Parts: sequence; structure tokens; C-alpha cells
Amino acid sequence: MRNLPRFVGKRSTDCLFAVILAATTMANAQDWVHTGTNLGAQKIRLAAADFKAVGTDPAVTTAQQTFNQVLYSDLSNAGIFDMVSKSLAPTGTPGSPAEINLAQWSAPPANAAMVAFGAINVQGGRDIVFGWLFDTKNTQSPQVLGQQYNEADTPDTPRHIAHEFADAIISRLGGGINGIAESKIFYVSDRSGKKEIWEMDYDGANQHQITHLGQIALSPRISPDGGRLAFNELSSKGSNIRIFSMSLNRLVTFPVHDGTDFSPAWSPDGNNLAFSSSRTGDPEIWMSSASGFNLRRITAFRGPDVSPVFNPKTGNQIAWISGRTGLPQVYIMDSDGTAIQRMTDGGYATSPSWSPNGQFLAYAWSRHYGPGAPGGQDIYVMDIASHRWIQLTHDIGRTDFPSWSPDGRHIVFQRTTHGHSEIWTMLADGSQQHALTKTGNGRMPNWSWK
Amino acid sequence: MRRFRKNSALAAASLAVFLIVTGCHHKQAAVPEPPPPPPESAPAPTATITASPESFNPGQGVVLTWHTTDATDVAIDGIGKVEPSGTKTVNPTATTTYHLTARGDGGSTDATATVTLNAAPPAPPAPQQLTEADFEQNVKPIFFDYDSYSIRPDAQATITQDASFLQAHPNAKILIAGYCDSRGSEEYNLALGQNRANAAKTALTQAGVDASRIRTISYGKEKQFCTEQNESCWQQNRRSQFTLDQ
Repeated sequence: MRNLPRFVGKRSTDCLFAVILAATTMANAQDWVHTGTNLGAQKIRLAAADFKAVGTDPAVTTAQQTFNQVLYSDLSNAGIFDMVSKSLAPTGTPGSPAEINLAQWSAPPANAAMVAFGAINVQGGRDIVFGWLFDTKNTQSPQVLGQQYNEADTPDTPRHIAHEFADAIISRLGGGINGIAESKIFYVSDRSGKKEIWEMDYDGANQHQITHLGQIALSPRISPDGGRLAFNELSSKGSNIRIFSMSLNRLVTFPVHDGTDFSPAWSPDGNNLAFSSSRTGDPEIWMSSASGFNLRRITAFRGPDVSPVFNPKTGNQIAWISGRTGLPQVYIMDSDGTAIQRMTDGGYATSPSWSPNGQFLAYAWSRHYGPGAPGGQDIYVMDIASHRWIQLTHDIGRTDFPSWSPDGRHIVFQRTTHGHSEIWTMLADGSQQHALTKTGNGRMPNWSWK
Repeated sequence: MRRFRKNSALAAASLAVFLIVTGCHHKQAAVPEPPPPPPESAPAPTATITASPESFNPGQGVVLTWHTTDATDVAIDGIGKVEPSGTKTVNPTATTTYHLTARGDGGSTDATATVTLNAAPPAPPAPQQLTEADFEQNVKPIFFDYDSYSIRPDAQATITQDASFLQAHPNAKILIAGYCDSRGSEEYNLALGQNRANAAKTALTQAGVDASRIRTISYGKEKQFCTEQNESCWQQNRRSQFTLDQ
């Protein structure tokens, strides 16, 4: 299960490699984009030794397997490490600093600059993990990290502790940016027969249904604190913004107005919602408090205005999509509706997502649009200050709804081929593309804020 | 309603007649008079009966009005014994002849009135009888060009026909749903579909349909009429669909 997202079936694997190669080559050729997230920097060669199972509880074997898989997967997914593959790693499972031979790890074929290792024990209903990160070249004081975890044993605990240790390593070696191993992705799935909102871990694990409305649920947006989920419910009664409380596990009151409301967006302080509303006729961007009051209209121009997203760094700008000049384009404005600036210069551009550091917009774009036009709908990233852009997906079907990870190093998106949609993820340079869902249609992903 | 008022008037008139007649009788009874001589040759009764209207539609009532003189026993076939003069609303289900017999000391007299059932019901059905199927058959969807919510000339012709049907059924509420083809982005298509629904509403309103009867919604590309990937199918999906809003 946990490995599933990393393999998309034998037949498509070759194709996927070709895509990754193409994407990587393209990204390298346009490496003027400096995301400020170490993605472009030389990657640290890191080894993750299998943790040693200690103690006598038979449950430790399963716990150890899960822990080792998840830790390796998290570190690989981080995008800032050149991971030593398990087949090149020295044999043996060093369970403590006394048991590790650093020279073995720094020597070929592993060539590790850093090595993570440790021990896992299940004792008295608790999972106990000791984890270390050592610098293989610093024989005098090699310890970079030493962590201890002691948590009640549940089926999810080994996985949870692996996420915590991985995030500690990523934070230490990745310039202090927190890891995303415990972040969540919200999305629309029709697995239950209806379009409902689902939630999964960042790596595709633990997929579960959140809403059970039996109508059409769209455009999930999780609040910055993770406590409330805003989305759009569409039925013959109308199209309205709904709020689901993650702690109460039910819908909470939000005023329903005449007219069609959709595509909600949270301000980074969690106090305001922007959304598209046709209550005065033409769909415009409106804003309200998080409880739906203090309504005010932000845009006023003929043509559809939709898909707002706040600048998460400052909260005082909004990017959105407008069809005021014909085909939809990406625009930005101050959150009071002034200082409107068009970002894309043509084609068909939709679904903006603003990077956590405020520097970039990811969006879906068909640059050459029209009958017989070359190219398709792909994910692009634009540097807001310079308007320069790079293309992240190439020839993998129609891609849409990019959403940045909280660390700004990853983008989750919707990939549609032959009328079938899946949720995929990639690094923000377009590399390491892989599927997260494989059942039903997965659409409109939204990555949690932390 | 109008018929009801007429009934009341007739009822009031007959009541007044009745009061006058009985009043006279009472007065006569109160004043002692020499006993009248027994009638040697009493006059024969007279009788008339009319029906209004003379032809009726199914479910419609008919008012019978009759008048007799010198009768002591008045009966209408199928109704039974009645007052010497009066009115009564009856609900025949077929063409009927009402036969009145007035008997008195001077003999008996007959009168008849015939009401005829209309063969065909009247043309416009009552608004509450409008079904969804009727509605869909008469109020046709309008279609749009790609990424557009402008009303095309062919759509304007459809709107004119739709509007005349809707004006003939002033009680029908209308739900306009905007739809888009499967290309393009889901959220943008929700906005585009809303604009298509709004454009259809504006066109209907300009053609004389009261805006307060109309509700709009957008399904974007979330519901499709046709799922093939070709222009004829896409065209089917780029529409504003009208349904009876219950």
C-alpha cells in the first residue's frame, strides 16, 4: 500500500521514466528559477540504513518493516537528497553509534555523505525509536542529530514516527524548511459513486472519504490551521460554499445566498474567504469573513471571474482567473481589488496556486489554444516579479489544478488521460512525477498549509 | 367564480319570492274570511324550466331554473320533489334532458330542458396541469459557441418560441442550468456555465418572461449530455437547459 504511489504498473513505468527524463532535462535547461528551497542546489548524498529491531515483542517485525519503508520513502520524496539505494548500502543494521562503521558508508559504492540509522523496539504497548544522523566524513564528532521517540503502539505509530524523524532530518539538512511528511492532500473523488471530498497523506497513504452529501462536491480548500474545510456543493438547489469542521467531523453553518457561489480560498490568517459569486449576475470575486458575513465584492468587470487564491506570504494579494478579454487568463490584484495586473499573455490559463514563499504562481496553461494548436494543457510555474515561466509537465495528458506543498518543493496536480483523472505529485522543478491515487477519478487536489 | 356569484343572486331572488309568497299566505291565514267556495273548475298548471348554460364542459355545473303556477306537486325526474319555483345547480356527466312535471287540481303540465355536453374540452389546459414532459417538449434548450455565452441568432429564435410558451403558462417556474463541454478547466467552466444560464435568463426576460419566475444554476462540465470527444458532442454539451422548477 505504501509503495503503491511510487509504482504505476509495469507497463507505464518505462513511459514514466521517459517523461521524468524529459522533464528533468527541460527543467535543467531552464534552471534560472531559483525557488529558494534547495531544489536547484547540489543534492546531499544520504543513506538510510535499515533500523534494527530490538526486544522480544513479535510485533516489532511489522513495525520495523513499516518504519524502514516510510523513512526511506519520505527522504526520497523530499527532493533535496541523492539517496543511496538500498542495494548499494553496506549489509547489517547498526542499531546504535557503537555499532556503525562510518568508513563502510562513506566508501564506494555507497559514497554517503550522511547516514541515518537507529533501532526500533515495541515494549509494553509502546513503540520506542532511537534515531541518529551522522556525518560520515567527520570522524571526530559525527553526530548531526540524535532523536528519541516513545509513543503508544497503534497500527499507524511506526509510520508516524518515521515521518517525524524524516522531517527532522529534512529540516536540519534542508536549510531549516520543515518537511511535509505529515501534511495532507484534500481532493475530489468519485470512488463512492458520487463526487465527494476525500483526504490522504502526502504520499497517497490513508485515503479516506470526508463528505457524504450525495451531491456534487468540488474545489476543496483546507484552512491554514487545518481545522476547517471549505468546498463547493452543487445540486439542483444551487451551488453554495460549505464548511466542514475537521474536529467536529460534520458540516458547520455557513450562510447560503441566492446565486451561484464556488471556488473558495482561505486568507493565510484564516479570517477571510474569497470566492466566486454570481449573486449580482456576472460571476465576480467576493470576500467574506470566515463565517460568511461582511460580504464585499472585489472585482467588477464583465466576464467570468473565478478561482481566487491569496498570496500566502503576505495575505494582501489575490491571484485569480478572469475571462474579461476572452479566453481565461491569470491575473493578480491587491486584496481590495486595486492594482490589477495580467500575468499570462494568451492561450487558456486556469487554476492558479501561489507558492508559500510568495514568489511563484503555479497554474494550468494551454499556451497555443484553438483547433489544431500544438501542445496540450500543462502545469507551468511563473516568477511573479519577472513574469518568466517554465513548463513542468509535458505530453502526459491534460494536467490541471496544481497545488503547492507547504515546503514549496512539491506540486500536486490533476492528470487526465482518456477521460480518466488521477492525482499526481512532482517536485517543483517538474521531476519525480508519480501517481498518488489509482482508484476512481481523483480531481482538484489541495495541499494542506502545514 | 362568476358562476358562483350568479347562483347567489338567483338564490337570493328565489328566497325573496318565497318570503313574499309565504308572507301572503300567512296574512291570509291571519285574517278570518268566509270559507272560499270549493273550486268548480280549477285552472290547469303552467310550467317552464330552463337550463343555463345549455351546453357545458366536463366537470362544469349547470343551473336549472323553473317556474310553475297552479301546481301543488312539482317534481323533476332524477331530482325528485321540488318547490313550485326555484333554482338548482346540477352536475350532469352527459347530455341530459331534465323533465319537470307540475300537477295541480286542474291537471298536470310537463316542461323539459336539455343540456348538451361539449364534445371537445377547451384549448388551453389549466396551468397546474403542465407536466415536466410538456415543458421539455415546448421549451427547447439553446446552444452556444465555444467559450462563449453570447446568444446566437438560432438561439434567439428558440428563445422567442420558448418565451411564448412560458407566457401562456404564467404560473410555471423556470430553472435554467448552464452546461459546458468537457474541454477546459472545471472551475472556469462553472463560471462560464453560469454566464450561459444568465444570458438565457436575460434573453427570456427581454422576450417578456417575468424574471421573478426564473432561477439559474451552473453545472459547468460536471454533467454531460454526450461523452464522446468530437465537435457534435461538444456542441450538445454547450447549452442552457430549461426545466420546470418545482
